[in-house]
Amino acid sequence: MATTQVLTGEAESPAESQLIVNDMSIQVATVNGSGSQTSNMVLLRAIFRMGIPVSGKNLFPSNIAGLPTWFTIRASKYGYIGRRKEIDLLVAMNAETVEEDVRALDSGAAVVYDERLDVKKYRDDLLFYPVPFDKLVGPVCPDAKLRKLVRNMIYVGVVAKLLNVDMGDVEKALRKQFKKKVKAADLNFAAVKAGWEYANKSMPKQDHFWLERMNLNEGKIMIEGNAAAALGAMFAGVTVVTWYPITPSSSLCETLIEYMKRYRIDPETKKATFAIVQAEDELAAIGMVVGAGWAGARAMTATAGPGISLMAEFIGLGYYAEVPGVIFDIQRVGPSTGLPTRTAQGDILSTALLSHGDTKHPLLFPCSVSECFTMAIQAFDLAEELQTPVFVMCDLDLGMNVWMSDPFPYPEKPIRRGKVLNDEDLDRLGGFQRYKDVDGDGIGYRTLPGTKHPAAGYFTRGSGHDERAIYSEKPAVYVNNMDRLARKWETAVRLAPGPEIQESGKDGIGILAYGTSHWAVVETLDQLRREQNIEAGYCRVRGYPFNREVTDFIRRHQRVYVVEQNRDAQLLGLLRLDLEPELIGKLRSVLHYDGLPIDARSTTDSILTQEIGGIAPAAAPGVDSNTPQEVQA
Amino acid sequence: MATTTVPPAPPRKVNRIGLEQADYKGNKTTLCAGCGHNAISERIIEAFYEMGVEPHRVAKLSGIGCSSKSPAYFLRTSYGFNAVHGRMPSVATGTVLANHKLIAVGVSGDGDSASIGIGQFVHLMRRNLPIIYIIEDNGVYGLTKGQFSATADLGSKLKTGVINDLPAIDTCALAILLGATYVARSFSGDKRQLLALIEGAVAHHGTAMLDVISPCVTFNDHEGSTKSYSYVKDHESPIEDVSFVPFFDDITVDYDPGTTTEITMHDGSRLLLKKLNSDYNPTNKSEALRVLGEAHDKEEVVTGLFYVDTKRESFIDQLNLVDEPLATLPESRVRPPKSVLDEVMESLR
Repeated sequence: MATTQVLTGEAESPAESQLIVNDMSIQVATVNGSGSQTSNMVLLRAIFRMGIPVSGKNLFPSNIAGLPTWFTIRASKYGYIGRRKEIDLLVAMNAETVEEDVRALDSGAAVVYDERLDVKKYRDDLLFYPVPFDKLVGPVCPDAKLRKLVRNMIYVGVVAKLLNVDMGDVEKALRKQFKKKVKAADLNFAAVKAGWEYANKSMPKQDHFWLERMNLNEGKIMIEGNAAAALGAMFAGVTVVTWYPITPSSSLCETLIEYMKRYRIDPETKKATFAIVQAEDELAAIGMVVGAGWAGARAMTATAGPGISLMAEFIGLGYYAEVPGVIFDIQRVGPSTGLPTRTAQGDILSTALLSHGDTKHPLLFPCSVSECFTMAIQAFDLAEELQTPVFVMCDLDLGMNVWMSDPFPYPEKPIRRGKVLNDEDLDRLGGFQRYKDVDGDGIGYRTLPGTKHPAAGYFTRGSGHDERAIYSEKPAVYVNNMDRLARKWETAVRLAPGPEIQESGKDGIGILAYGTSHWAVVETLDQLRREQNIEAGYCRVRGYPFNREVTDFIRRHQRVYVVEQNRDAQLLGLLRLDLEPELIGKLRSVLHYDGLPIDARSTTDSILTQEIGGIAPAAAPGVDSNTPQEVQA
Repeated sequence: MATTTVPPAPPRKVNRIGLEQADYKGNKTTLCAGCGHNAISERIIEAFYEMGVEPHRVAKLSGIGCSSKSPAYFLRTSYGFNAVHGRMPSVATGTVLANHKLIAVGVSGDGDSASIGIGQFVHLMRRNLPIIYIIEDNGVYGLTKGQFSATADLGSKLKTGVINDLPAIDTCALAILLGATYVARSFSGDKRQLLALIEGAVAHHGTAMLDVISPCVTFNDHEGSTKSYSYVKDHESPIEDVSFVPFFDDITVDYDPGTTTEITMHDGSRLLLKKLNSDYNPTNKSEALRVLGEAHDKEEVVTGLFYVDTKRESFIDQLNLVDEPLATLPESRVRPPKSVLDEVMESLR
């Protein structure tokens, strides 16, 4: 405690007028497997503890150890937590990428680097902070084998000193990270202090970036989207989880296993109120979901694009046999060894229409960790109400990165299990017809296997069945079934979550986005207003099928920019299927597909290029007269 | 005055839960007349009737093919799911996870299990999922009109004259190796043996895998076929004479005790194996595999119960599930209270 206070007390104060406070991006370039993830999380959490809105993005390779990896931390008093591609402070630890990393910086950026790397030969317009990492790590870590891991803690101390990160918060963040491993925490914190002391003694402040305590994170939490979705599934009352490991979805089920073992064991019998099975492949994972959903369980799986492709046949069966199930798609780039650790919204079109024959499926688009939680719950209700597979379309950026958020709301409404008849219902009704549209909403009543009633049993199969579930190939019977499924889709339009609309759009420009693109768009809206005085409207699509509000938004605007993280404008493609021709003509695309999370600058520039045929010069954030509104606590 | 005496109606024959055998029938078959699969359906009907199984507790599952149509032809009032090709094992697994009180009957074919579905077959056996898994094995794809399957024997000939030059997959040997705990082979025409084996399978808790040679009368019942009626009749070599005594049946058994092995099933039923081959022990894995290997060498079709293990935990036992079906647990047991969410939120600050 004493140490911390002394250290903080000695912080120097650069001239206040020159400082850029609580608005910066830090990039750490390291080698995968070198323990840098822990260092980066400590920095991120320390800034979070200082009450400054912050986001962290791990840009990592498909590799366990040895390949280059980057971590960006953005602190923003304006509350922007999307990616910012411009880097203010680089921590260059990787000899292999240092030239590329340094050359990518804007003039005037600062670089903290291992003194063995001759950074100055690449640029002379940066602010240089060489650090003798090897010399510093020796005294704090006598065990040579651990030095490689502890070494990265030194930059935490250096950065903390340079940017005025509170060492008390650093220590708390570090101890949280190491949990009960006190000795490891002590060792690592000694390395942090060594870095801090070196910077304090030998590193005069040259840059203008500065962090100061705020109080914007009161009550907030930090969590990955996958963990949030796992929590949502647990509170949705999931009972059967079947999965096959695939990046970036694996941590969803792995976290779920931890939570379920802790909170879903029957207190009296010590037995599980759930079954979680690692399947042999995605075919089996979805087959088990279909079997379990048919037998009445709340069943789910989590996967990524390649898994979705493998599940295509079963999803068609689920659609026609009308079996509920929830599939989390944590989207990533491309097939095979494409870019499995890079983010994308590339499965939208293929998932919406997955399988053969006429099939279409409800999709939910969470944009935040909070929505990962709430939409997980919603997905299970929708799947059982609509008796069909429902997809939650996350992406790697949301699923695997840590995001700050308000705490999640406890579900207010009871679980909705859809139209299920039990033995008493059957006594009263005398029987039932599985696929008859009794209520006019296209949804039939089902019984669950095991229901003790002579009229309860039925035979489930694909599309060739009549209202009593009896096999038929008669044209009229098939058409009748298809038309009922179309009516059910109309019910899905009613039940799927509608968009979140932020009006204004007085200049006739609308932006339509979904999922994690949201975080770029909220910043783009401000940039358009600040830089070009353009007031754009915003429609954040939260579900498919689209409802009238989406159509009306497009109708109200002259041009609507559909922002998405894929090459082929996939959501725009889906909109085209629904819209009248004159509305289709209003749609424009803003596309981002380089594998990294979308950022506001690129989005704004793309819109401006299309609007006025040229890119307006970007205002330096935080220093011009048109600074965005600071978030008020 | 003449009186007419009406002969008393014959007493209605019912099983221990008061159902007639007709209550276990299915819809009229649409398979070819004489198809071995129909005979298997008949034995399933008899077995479930005799065992007094409640039809509402039965989930019939299948993949795609002639075999997979047959669940519609037995146990009409049970629940059925005709899934996709080769994937019945996963659907069955999900069904049993959702409700482990169900008695799952999976009906598959040699194409469905040994070719497209071999991956799922392998993993179901490995898990020892409680299921009666029947392969209706004719060595040929019937529904697509007569292509070889992976259980067709080396050297067997299609109607078109095409010779199979790849070795057959022995699903029984595979099942034993992988961990299934009740593995047998029979012949659709062997009423007594097949009935006893199915009854034993109903009483078993774990994966009961029955490979039933079932000649295809349309595409594979000719001279060159090793899965034809005549071939199997000539080459069949039973390893034991099987009889099944349900636990509720108090009948005397006419087996000679000196040559009989008695296996007590999970529900207390007894499976009696009269030795034809005096050194055969169905609880010994390597012995079972040796017998199967030897039969291949001699080009014989060995039938009977090759392997049984009543001790190994089933997949459901391993998962330590609550006693009630997961599918119908009330909200109070599957949605943790608000205090849990508060606790988790606090840990994330």
